[in-house]
Amino acid sequence: MNLNYGPEYKNFKKEVISFCKKWEGVHFVDEAKSPLTPITKVGGKKITRTEWQSILIKEGYFARSIPKEYGGYGGESDVIKNRIIASEFSNHGVPSPMSGQGIDMLVPTLLELGTEQQKKEYIEKTLLGEIIWCQGYSEPNAGSDLASLQTKGELVDGNWVINGQKIWTSTAQYSQMMFCLVRTEPEAKKHAGISYLLIPMETPGIEIRPLVDMTLKAGFNEVFFTNVTIPEANIVGKRGEGWAVANATLTHERGSLTNPNATMNRVNSLINIMKKETINGKKLIDIPVYRDKLMTLQAKVMAFQSNSLRVLSAKLNPGQDVKMAGMIQKYYGTELRHELEGFAVDVMGEIGTLYESSPHLRDKGSWQFLYMYYLGLIIGGGTSQIQKNIIAERGLGMPREPKVQEA
Amino acid sequence: MYFGLSEDQEFFKDNVSKFLQDHAPLDVIKKIIEDDEHDLKNNIKNGLVNLGINSLLIPEEYGGLGLDLLFATAVSQSLGENIAPFSFLSSYVMAPIALINGGNTEQKEKYLKGILENKYKFGVGFSEFISARNDFGFIFKDNKINGKSIFVLDADDVSHLLLADENGVIGVVDTSDKNIEIIKLTTVDKTRSYSEVIFKNASIDVLENSITDIEPIKKSIDAGRIILAADSLGASEALIRKAVAYSKERKQFGRAIGSFQAVKHMCAEMASDLEPCYSLVWHAAHCFDNIPNESRLMACHAKSHVSEVSKVISKKATEVHGGMGFTDLMGIHYWFKRIGVNRQNLGSPETIREEAAKIQNL
Repeated sequence: MNLNYGPEYKNFKKEVISFCKKWEGVHFVDEAKSPLTPITKVGGKKITRTEWQSILIKEGYFARSIPKEYGGYGGESDVIKNRIIASEFSNHGVPSPMSGQGIDMLVPTLLELGTEQQKKEYIEKTLLGEIIWCQGYSEPNAGSDLASLQTKGELVDGNWVINGQKIWTSTAQYSQMMFCLVRTEPEAKKHAGISYLLIPMETPGIEIRPLVDMTLKAGFNEVFFTNVTIPEANIVGKRGEGWAVANATLTHERGSLTNPNATMNRVNSLINIMKKETINGKKLIDIPVYRDKLMTLQAKVMAFQSNSLRVLSAKLNPGQDVKMAGMIQKYYGTELRHELEGFAVDVMGEIGTLYESSPHLRDKGSWQFLYMYYLGLIIGGGTSQIQKNIIAERGLGMPREPKVQEA
Repeated sequence: MYFGLSEDQEFFKDNVSKFLQDHAPLDVIKKIIEDDEHDLKNNIKNGLVNLGINSLLIPEEYGGLGLDLLFATAVSQSLGENIAPFSFLSSYVMAPIALINGGNTEQKEKYLKGILENKYKFGVGFSEFISARNDFGFIFKDNKINGKSIFVLDADDVSHLLLADENGVIGVVDTSDKNIEIIKLTTVDKTRSYSEVIFKNASIDVLENSITDIEPIKKSIDAGRIILAADSLGASEALIRKAVAYSKERKQFGRAIGSFQAVKHMCAEMASDLEPCYSLVWHAAHCFDNIPNESRLMACHAKSHVSEVSKVISKKATEVHGGMGFTDLMGIHYWFKRIGVNRQNLGSPETIREEAAKIQNL
């Protein structure tokens, strides 16, 4: 066991800190471009999102390992440096680089499987925030059983003609492009009939309808396709290989949904509330049942933090086996966060249920909001039940459910 | 940066496991417990001592291996995994840590060497310091001890007892003293021993540095809690392995019960709950030797959290085995009971969580 990052990172950390000090308080003139754009403090320098992205790339604080020719920094991938960057940016309140499905999922996919032309056309613009992407995977009848999707793509005169419907499409209303799974080979078996297509959102025939969720804040959409026509070349991988192309990125999504350090920050915020708020004149922190539950959750979050250090360690030490430690993160992390946010609502009692712009709101209503939002994350990206199937079958080697005879 | 057990630690841990699998499988453990087979028990004891288990934490200047607590933690996982009928916690972890931090030069010389030479073995009675129950308690005065201690760990067949009064002052009592009475207690866990001890003006050798410094007793308890957490961690790992294996074998409704999601999800829940516990326990052990200002809180959280997780696992793993899980034949209850007693030793989860809150000035 050795938890030191090593001397070379001390200098790097210093550099990052001085960068952060220089840019403390920076905020964006084009703030509301996407709900995934992190919210920043008012005050300090004003800048556009794209300018900020390009500064970060130039310094190597973003898109570190993406080749220069595609608009990245062109360095070695370094998980410790990434960690230092993330934690110092957060300590100094400097806005993080943009994230989102384009940056997190499409870019890695194109780097691995895209044509040279696709890489040149899309990666740099995506990194700079000039193209925002949405993901067209789920359909009303293809959720956990995603491969049963029915949106149809036919090749007519050198163009794909797409008809069907997608659902749970976050950021569709802000996006310039969609990466989309479409059934192009109706004769082939379920998984072999899918292709991965890139669809400009301005194409005629696309209709976006907002789908309001229980938080009334974070927006999903339904997206309808009626004879949407795009060039034949807008395909990643070959016809019928879409499932494999998509799977490269799905694995990525599962790992990135929960951050144990952010969860520990929430524990600390909760402690502050419990020191301030009272019931019958007694501080919440002094009430034994609340106190005990708080410590129970703090221990659990600490275990999750340690687990993530072990996962990080395996990235630096090839051969270290942390398969299970990685596999449980989505299930464990989302359930834990939901439990924590819900507990905070409980300790505040009726005040915890206040919402939107109500009087007496605490922390802008974030506890109630995140309590519900994390229920969404428990379900999205592979429900907890699907996660448990994966953990049992791939992690513990338990037998699969027998296949139901197709009618 | 490397987070995990080292190759040496893994190797030693595997050796302990292999020895126990060869020499102390369940039927041997049952024999030891049911027929009070002393020879079989001593074989196991001697075998483990031959592996060097008694010298892990003894500093090199006294001839020991001078290894860190993480090493002992790895060993404890193996002992819990194999429900070893062996007293590791008191003699080879809590006593050495208490002596190193609390003893004066002569005391260290005498007792640490005694442990190393396999001449001395210790029981530990710290319950009255951690959470005194009812009318139990004792007083140190003029190098004499009077009163009674309940739940002295591993006091069976030892040369000395290590006691701590309510102020955390630690003393050593020789068990050959005529003025003490050791009464064996019967708990559900029969793989280790627990006793009540009555002192009537028995002689006590008070560890000199523990009179003015609270750290010796605190450090000994921190270490003990981490080791107990590791024991339950190992026991839980064994239970999950057994439950998964049984679910693949046992058929009902024409298929392995492990193919039913009801069963599969129980196993996945157990695995998900337990996996972060490895990291938490190792991290706590690492902090014990390397990051002192985070160490006490980590030790508390490791003990209380693993206690909660392993309790749930001991229930679910029994359930996966169905009726057979409830039988003595299958023996799942040995792990269930070991976990059950570990949970209460050196502070129940609620007691420890209150301590964890106080450590943070909450």
